[in-house]
This record gives sequence, C-alpha cells and structure tokens, in this order.
Amino acid sequence: MPQERIKFYQIGSFAAGNRLLPADLRSVQSLPERSNALTCGHRACQGCGEALGARYALDTVMRATKGKMIAVNATGCLEVFSTPFPETSWQIAWLHSLFGNAPAVATGVAAALRAKGRTDIRVVGQGGDGGTVDIGMGCLSGMFERNDDVLYVCYDNQAYMNTGVQRSGATPPTARTATTQAVGDQPGNTFGQGKNVPLIAMAHQIPYVATATVADLRDLEYKAARAMDFHGARYLHVLVPCPLGWGSSPADTIRVARLATESGLFPVFEAEDGEVVGASPIRRQVPVTEYLRLQARYAHLFRPVERTETIARIQAIADRNISRFGLRAESQNQQNPDFERTLASASGVRDLTEG
Amino acid sequence: MLSVRFHGRGGQGVVTAAELLAAAAFSEGRHAQAFPSFGSERMGAPVMSFCRIDDRPIRTHEPVTEPDALIVQDPTLLHQADLLAGLTSGGYMLVNSTHGFGELGLTEFVSEFRPERLLVVPASSLAMTHLGRPLPGAAMLGGFAALTGAVGLDSVLTALTERFSGRVADGNAAAARAAFAYVLDERKALTDA
Amino acid sequence: MLRQLEGSRAVAEAVAMSRPEVICAYPITPQTHIVEALSAKVKAGELNAEFLNVESEFAAMSVAIGASAAGARAYTATASQGLLFMCEAVYNASGLGLPIVMTVANRAIGAPINIWNDHSDSMSQRDSGWIQLFAETNQEALDLHIQAFKIAEELSTPVMVCMDGFLLTHASERMDIPEQRQVDAFLPPYAPRQVLDPADPISIGAMVGPEAFTEVRYLSQARMLQALDLIAAVMAGFRSWFGRDSGGLVRPYRTEDADLIVVGLGSVLGTVKDAVDELRDEGLRIGVLGISTFRPFPAHAVREALAGARRLVVIERAISPGSGGIVTGDVRTALAAAHVPEISTVVAGLGGRAVTKKSLRRMLRGAADGALEPMSFLHLDTGLVEHELARMRATRRSGPVAENLLRDLGVTASGIG
Repeated sequence: MPQERIKFYQIGSFAAGNRLLPADLRSVQSLPERSNALTCGHRACQGCGEALGARYALDTVMRATKGKMIAVNATGCLEVFSTPFPETSWQIAWLHSLFGNAPAVATGVAAALRAKGRTDIRVVGQGGDGGTVDIGMGCLSGMFERNDDVLYVCYDNQAYMNTGVQRSGATPPTARTATTQAVGDQPGNTFGQGKNVPLIAMAHQIPYVATATVADLRDLEYKAARAMDFHGARYLHVLVPCPLGWGSSPADTIRVARLATESGLFPVFEAEDGEVVGASPIRRQVPVTEYLRLQARYAHLFRPVERTETIARIQAIADRNISRFGLRAESQNQQNPDFERTLASASGVRDLTEG
Repeated sequence: MLSVRFHGRGGQGVVTAAELLAAAAFSEGRHAQAFPSFGSERMGAPVMSFCRIDDRPIRTHEPVTEPDALIVQDPTLLHQADLLAGLTSGGYMLVNSTHGFGELGLTEFVSEFRPERLLVVPASSLAMTHLGRPLPGAAMLGGFAALTGAVGLDSVLTALTERFSGRVADGNAAAARAAFAYVLDERKALTDA
Repeated sequence: MLRQLEGSRAVAEAVAMSRPEVICAYPITPQTHIVEALSAKVKAGELNAEFLNVESEFAAMSVAIGASAAGARAYTATASQGLLFMCEAVYNASGLGLPIVMTVANRAIGAPINIWNDHSDSMSQRDSGWIQLFAETNQEALDLHIQAFKIAEELSTPVMVCMDGFLLTHASERMDIPEQRQVDAFLPPYAPRQVLDPADPISIGAMVGPEAFTEVRYLSQARMLQALDLIAAVMAGFRSWFGRDSGGLVRPYRTEDADLIVVGLGSVLGTVKDAVDELRDEGLRIGVLGISTFRPFPAHAVREALAGARRLVVIERAISPGSGGIVTGDVRTALAAAHVPEISTVVAGLGGRAVTKKSLRRMLRGAADGALEPMSFLHLDTGLVEHELARMRATRRSGPVAENLLRDLGVTASGIG
C-alpha cells in the first residue's frame, strides 16, 4: 500500500505539558516538581527574552544534575532584575561577583568542588552578551583553554541593555543603540565588526558548543541537557530578544526570535570538539526584512526611505550563514539522511506517520 | 660579619654561587644571607650577587657596598669602573683568571691591599677539567675557602652535594677541591716569600 | 626545622602547610618563585590542592572568589601591575566577605615600568577592605601566611601578606620552617560563614541600594576594628605554638627612652635597626617602631609606642603624589591631640633604590639636629632633577621624562645605590 509521509509540526512554542509528546520529551516546565530556579517576583521587563531563556536553561540543568548545581552570574540585566535587595528570585545556589569575571569565578567554584571531591555538583556560568563577548572574553577564553568543567550560557540580546542599550561586540550591523545611533550617512552599528563567539568557542575545540533561541524552547532544553552529558568547557549561546532595546513588541519576543532563525541571521547548530555536528534546518526561509521590520532598532532602514542596498548586505549575511551551516531543509536532506531524526529529537517533533 | 660581593655575567652561576656560600655557612651553624642584584634576567649581562655571613642574625637587606671580599667570576668585567669599589682595606679578592694581576692591569689597585689576600685562580679551566663546562662557581668557592677561611672546604662540599647530584655534584666538588689546593699553594708561596 | 632557603620558597612551604584547596595565580616578577614552588608540589602529588594557571591577575582573584564562595581555602599571589589589574576583584572579595589570602611581593607601580621594590602596590589597595600585614623578615613572611589564613577565616575578611619584592622574596636566609603537625594544630580546617551549597541554596552578591549600603560598609569597618584584637591574639597564639614573635600590630625597638623614633614598614626596618644601634652607641636616644599591621591601622598601639618621642621620622616606601606621605598621615591621625611631636617624612627606596645604613645614619643625625625638612626624599639626585626641569622650561617638546633622566645618567641598567 503506497504510503505518504506527512510531516506534522507546530509553530509557536510548545505549551508546557503537551499531551502529544511522550513524557520523556516533554518540557521540564511541564513538571510540577521542576526547580523553578528563577521564580516569580523578579523585575524583568514584560516580554523579556532573557528571563524566559534563563528559566528554561537552568531548570533543565537542575533536572539533569538532580538539583546539584551552582550558578555564577555576571553583572547585567539578569543579575539586576533577579536580585533587587533584599529579595532574590533565585531558588538555587547562586553567586554574582563582577561584570567581566563570571567564567573565572565559575572556574573557581568548579575547582573548589573538585578539591572537596564533590564532582557530583556541576557549575553553570551565565551572563549577557556584554559580559561574555567583550569584558568577559579574556576570562571566557581562559576557561575554554583550560577545559574547566563549566557550562557557560550567554544570553545574547545584542547590546548592553542593563545600562541603557549601548553597543556591544554582539550588536549586529545597522542596529540602532545608544552609542550607534540612527543618524548620519551610516546610521546604526557599523558593518564589518563584531565577534562570533560560538565560532570562537569552537576554535578552542571545547567538547560542546551550541546555539539556541527562545523561539524553540524545547530545543534550548535539549541543548542544555545535552551539554550536561559532557565534562569540560561547554558553551551555549542563546538569542534572547529584548523588547526595550530592540524596539519590538513584548508580545513578539518569540516571533522575533523565530524570524531571526528562519531568515538565517541566527544559525541554530551544535558543535563538538570544534566541528559542527548538526544544524536546525530552516523550514520556511523568510527574507530578512520580515525580521527587521518588527524592530524599531532597524526602523531607519525603512523610513524615511527604504535602504535597499543596506538591507541587501544584511540579506547577504543571512545567505552566507545558510550556506555555511547548511541550513536549507533540502540541502540537509541530501547531506544528512538522519536530519529528520535530528530535527525530531531537537525540537520534539515526532513523525506521526510512524508506528 | 663578613660581606662578600660576587661579580659575573648572567648564566655563569653568580647567584647560585652566593647561595652555595650561604648554604656552606649555614651548615656550620652560622647565619648567612644571599641575594642577587636584580635586573631583567638575560644571559651575558653583568650581574652581581651578595652574601653576608655572621654569627648573629643578619637584619639588613641593603646591597653590599663595602665588601670584605670580592669574587670576580668573569675577568672581562674588570674594566668596569665600580667593580672593585668599596673593598675594605683588609679585604680579600679572588679573580677567575689564568693571568696574573699585572697582565690584568690591576697592579696599582692590588698594591693598596695585602698581597696574600688578593689572588687569582683559574676557575674556568678547573671547571672544564672536572666538570666539563665553564661554570666556575664551585671552584671559586673552593678557592674562597682557602683564601679566607671564612668557611671550611668541607662545608663548601656539603653545600655542593646538597644542591647538585650525580656527576654534576662530583665534578663541582672536584673543581672546588682543586681550586682550594691551588689557592692554598698560592698563599703559601706568597707568605713564604 | 632550621633551613637555608630563598624567601619565596619558604613562603611556598608555609602556604602548602596551611592546606590550601585552590591555588590560582598569574606570573609577575617578583612573585614567580612562590607560585612555581607551589605548582611543583601540587604536580608531584605532595600538596593535595587544585592548581590553576589563569590567564590574568583579574582571573586569579576571580577564581579565588569562586573557590572561596564554594567553601574552599583559596590562595593567590601577585605584585605591582598585577595587583592593579585585579583591583576590581580585590574590592569584590572583601565586599563579599571572602577569606582569601594573597601574597603581595611589593613592587613599584609604573609608569615608568619598574620591577624593583617599594610599597606603592599595597598602598594603592589600603582602602580595599583587605587586612594588610607587612613582614620585616623572611621568617616573619612565612609565619604571617600561616597566621593570615586563621585571621581571614575567623573574620571572613581577606588578608594580604606584604613582603618586599626581591629584598625578601629572592634572598636566601636561615629560617625555622614549622612542621605540618604544628600548623595543623594552629590552623583548623576552613568553616565558612557563607557557602554555595545546592542542598541549602542562597544567593550571594545581591545589589544593595542606599537603604543598606552604609550598614554593609559600617560592618566591614567594625570587622576591621575587631581585627585589631584578633591579630594580637593570633600573634600570642602563634608564639605559644611556634615559640617566636611574628606578626602582631607594632614592633617597638629601643623606644622606651627614645627622643627620636623612626617609623617604618617591611624589610627596611632591619637596616634601620643596624643604623639605630650604631647611633645609640654614639649617644643618640633613638628607637624604631615597626608597623606590622597596616590595615587596620593600629592607632592605639602606635600612639602608645610614640608617646615619649619629641621627634618622629616616618620612612615612606611610597608616596601619594600631590599629598605626600601615606603612612605619615595615618600616624599623625593616631597621635593624641595633646602631644604631637615634630614629624619628618622621609621618602626612601622608591622603585628599588637601596636604602643604606650610611644614608640612614646621615639622615637620622640630621633629624636629631632638627635639620630635616617636613618632607624629603632620601638620596635624591637633585642635579638630575634640576637638569630635567631646566630642559622643560626651555622647550615645549622636551620629550618623555623617564627617558631623559636615563640618558642624563648614562645608564642602561640599574645601579645598586
């Protein structure tokens, strides 16, 4: 009997619970006994991508480690909105030291645990793009180079948001920030600058590097859990839209993150020991304009006139990512026959025509 | 208190020599302090080191500006104006050389001091013979022991064997013994004359 | 046991015997030999600790912060530029109340770059909230490290042990190295006041606003005052366990009937004492007050020790440009309002210039005769200075000062005096 394979997939994040999935594939957030590492009461903005991403990532690690985890946080939005004295939203062992030293402090915590024979307790270092990409880069590279047993998570909202939206080494070209304003001949951030920290992490050949976004929270959970399978230095780079800094609607946070991946501007992939081992294919490629239009930080690309040449340059970046990481669904098909399984495990989709 | 100043070039073991002298004095139950003149470490540059020996604790840490003894491990430094500065009037000097003071151009300088206290010893060639490398430190210390009696030869040998091992220790010890004998003979010849 | 050792190596022995759990350091002259010796012990399996080669001094203090917060006894060492580079983390450590012990191998701060000894590095951190202990001898340096862990952990306050770079670190001397069992009896395992523990989770490092910041700082000041008593008690305890005086707040020498007292810190005190003994033999009523603990400043002990003096000479191994002597200021504040003797600040030994008995004698004779200026620089080459000033008056593009002075001196390497 001829069979036709029909792919079922959902757009939008999965509701916590999701009776369509087997229990072991459900989100940690569906478990009543989840650690709720970052619990309610924090002061994050409405629609904050970082608060969402941090909760998912840390609850996943807490489950993977059976609650034996210590987190070290850099200065930044996450640290500030989660610990307004005298309150804290953290229900985990948590340390904040300085802006630029979270990776080194995490290294120190891991060393202490090793010295005490408590290698059952794992360490997560976390910070925003500023604390990771710029001021924390020396310490991050040192932690990578020594292969210290730390999972470092960067919540990338592409600027120094806590201090008023200033440009960082993660700010994309043409984005408006307080220090790359939308004025003059070349409004917004400059082309040809910036650091690709996931690639820098891969250059250190650490055991595991992955990127994720808050558009696909199951994928974020998968990657956080996967990272904990390894020992040594691991890096997770999570795109977290910031409604305030990006000038997007708080209701659009997840949509904007999805458009970042579906346009190719933010590739979602995994790497081990410096080599890409898998990438999430783009199911429906969108032109970059669909992504850019939702954010006031790119408004100057469209008004008063549409800057077609500039937008074309951004499109070229997206196209290059797509070809570099093999993000086209069809090309994935040819290159990697297991891509469906990769996709299924990565995002919780099951081919419902099977079995 | 006996203050000793060593002169040499980086890489010749000047600092080690001072430490060994201190170790020798320590083995005799005395207080001793050894330290280098500090500069960016690079081979071949002129360096100094210092050693003080006393029966009481040594409190000061200033450099030795008025040495009771000068040990010059590299005679090519002798042209330096202040190399010999400060040597006390009854002071000792031991220069690593196969030449006499006349050939070294030091006749006038030496004439101001007690002749049996300023001597040369061919430490580098003794080192080559016994150690196979031109590191004159051990020989200089053996010669120093004979020259001044400030430490015994046995103490020098103890310090050498504690610091080094195997053939290096044996070679250094042999060089020290040979230099000790050489200097002792030199002194005898001068005092008998 | 008596041993003839380089100061750095003796400090490494003392630190090793104090059973640190995490050692993390970045190399900088003149601290290198301490850390190298510790790394060898760990690698050879003689010392059961985690040793981390970190990528900067900022990382070194940060790793120590993480380790200490997780309940481990943490140690690092630095000097000069390295201490400045980790400055943000230095303040962070004391603000968080973490009992880290750090050796500062005192070295001048550039520019101009200078690897030799003075106290400008430690002095730059005197407001950081760290306890600062100064060693006069290598024996004291090694002893102070053992005491430092005890003091730090009792108070939950970090301690820096300051020892003169090169003069002490690179000097080989005879010392009494304690035995492990003695150190174990004196220094119990670290029992933290706060610790990161998943079984009992807390948040450490909250932001504190105007409503509580003053109180947090007040408590750190209170801890410092507590430290005064504790340091004296630890010194007494050390004496009973190890049989010698090391540490404490101040060390007076022949001050009981002294007219003129010389105040100083660190290894220069040894040379001062030699000069003072000679001057005493020549009839001068002169004494020395060594300050062993600089932070907290032992005002009461200083006031008592200086009570009888008519004149003071404060030897400074660092200056505060535009203000003058640093130690002088603290001494002046400590003295009773009723009795303030004449104080002469003498800046000596900056950037490793040797402080000799000869120049001290000359200076102290001048002091005794009342001929010293309120502030002077020992052994200043006034000709060199005048020449540069004249050059600067003559032309705008006078060139870099340091290079000009060096060219005038005709030196390419350091001199000894």
